[in-house]
Amino acid sequence: MTTAALAGLVGAALVGFGLYGLIVQPHPLRKLLAFNLIGSGVFLVFGIVARRGAAAGFPFDPVPQAMVITGIVVAFAASAVAVALIWRLYSETGHVTLDPDAWTEPSRERES
Amino acid sequence: MADLATTTPGGFLLILAILLPVTGIILCFIVGGRHVDRIALGLTPFGLALAGAIAFRVGQSGKPVFYAIGGLPPPLGIALRADGISAVMLVAAAVILTAAAFYAREKFATLDGVRESRGAISFWIMLQAIWAALNIIFVGADLFNLYVALELLTFAAVPLVCMDGRPETLAAALRYLLFALFGSISYLLGVALLYGACGTLDISLLALRVRPTPAVWTAASLMTGGLLAKTALFPLHLWLPPAHANAPAAASAVLSGLVVKGSFFLTLRLWFFVLPALSTEQVAAVLGGLGSAAIIVGGVLALRQARLKLLIAYSTVSQIGYLFLIFPLAAGAHAWSTIGWSAGLMQVLAHAFAKAALFLAAGVLAETVGHDQIVKFGGAARALPLTFLTITLAGLSLTGLPPSGGFSAKWLMLQASIASGQWIWSLPALGGGLLAAGYMYRILTPALSDGKISIERPPKRYQEVIAFVLTLIALALGFVPQSFFDFIEIGRPLAETGLS
Repeated sequence: MTTAALAGLVGAALVGFGLYGLIVQPHPLRKLLAFNLIGSGVFLVFGIVARRGAAAGFPFDPVPQAMVITGIVVAFAASAVAVALIWRLYSETGHVTLDPDAWTEPSRERES
Repeated sequence: MADLATTTPGGFLLILAILLPVTGIILCFIVGGRHVDRIALGLTPFGLALAGAIAFRVGQSGKPVFYAIGGLPPPLGIALRADGISAVMLVAAAVILTAAAFYAREKFATLDGVRESRGAISFWIMLQAIWAALNIIFVGADLFNLYVALELLTFAAVPLVCMDGRPETLAAALRYLLFALFGSISYLLGVALLYGACGTLDISLLALRVRPTPAVWTAASLMTGGLLAKTALFPLHLWLPPAHANAPAAASAVLSGLVVKGSFFLTLRLWFFVLPALSTEQVAAVLGGLGSAAIIVGGVLALRQARLKLLIAYSTVSQIGYLFLIFPLAAGAHAWSTIGWSAGLMQVLAHAFAKAALFLAAGVLAETVGHDQIVKFGGAARALPLTFLTITLAGLSLTGLPPSGGFSAKWLMLQASIASGQWIWSLPALGGGLLAAGYMYRILTPALSDGKISIERPPKRYQEVIAFVLTLIALALGFVPQSFFDFIEIGRPLAETGLS
């Protein structure tokens, strides 16, 4: 198995795990982490594409690498927005859940 | 498509249309909190003028307008390209955003002697960011560039949902964000695979290079899935009703009228401009089938809502379904696919204006009577005649009764489905019209009945007029001449290998 194929499989696995987590995990913070897992998988795929698409004279194709950097910045910004929203939701309701019924419960227990 | 990109006359207008709102955002940060509303409102006439100039330019030359950023043509550089549908959408976005801005000018104004509020600053900045993102989406010709625009659109739209900071709105915004993040990362993975398979992301170049290989199919499915999540097509619509129903009225109008159309526009670009070599009956049938399901499910759920804004939001779910009938009805190069194309674009425009008008009118109503419970609207039509005229006329367009843009769209859809022998698509189109009539009737019956309604504060006349003007545009779309339909054909690639 070549390195590129191995990296590709790892990328695919990361996307798969992340997708599973995004759908199955009810907690918003875990969903966000799952999103970041998918992101890592996608960036890995970009890395392989950069290697495979290498034209004559370049060891790597620079275009996908430029895209990965942009992608990472965007994913970082997205995570920041999501964490801000989750934090605000916690400070307003005392719960971190998307289920409105849970907010009215008297206990302000921390969900983890 | 032999018209590969070098800058054409008037191409600089495209970059100006993007730079204008971005300049506005930067000015808002520099000049500071007290003047944000004046900056945003002051720039709207220029935005309208630019959109109009681009449309004029495209119409005059009869060909798409190109701009190669930095003078570098693709594949090395990034191109901007405005064709018929871009120009129409640029104008529609400019009109609706301007209307929403003026509608909201008092609610988010910073008065003398009052400390500037974070809400006002965010509203005006996000409104301009939505404008910038939509303009990039409408003129972008590079799939990665479009990804960034899509993300910009999401990041600008999500805060508008939770402007007032109530827990429900925060949860709605978070749910919206999570759906959107799934959508964008899925789209991005598709972009990576497509680049790996074809070595370029420029739309015109890709159209020449795409072959139906497994990698391209995977990329196409991932990108489409991601875009559907952002467009809120059934069954990925769950985030839309709470998000659109909880935002301030002006924001709801923009979100429902324009923002979901941004990702729909990209789906159109993807299947009709990038992947015509891939379009098959199966793909068209899947998208059309999901659209039909959305029409029915959205319509039925709209019938069951107790709150006016939720009803309107579910109506958006239903009307989005209509948009996806364009895929079976406009595929390939047939005489009828032109009709299907016209129908789809007409539906985009008619819904954008009618829905924006409806949300603005619902905002006036909620401010005036202090609630938006439909059953308690008894006598409201007598208190707010102009607003209820707006709601009725917007409902006319949504239902598809003549004369209105909605009627033209649905009539053309029926024509295309009969002419193409795919009569099956006429059933959801007709059924959705009945459901729309049903839910509009549910709003109007209590409102037109006798009753004493308590007015909390008098309606603002200019807000009623703005909503009414948008409704009039939705109606006027029913009278557009043939030259309009020729205009939206500009730059549409005719698939050589497409649906049979």
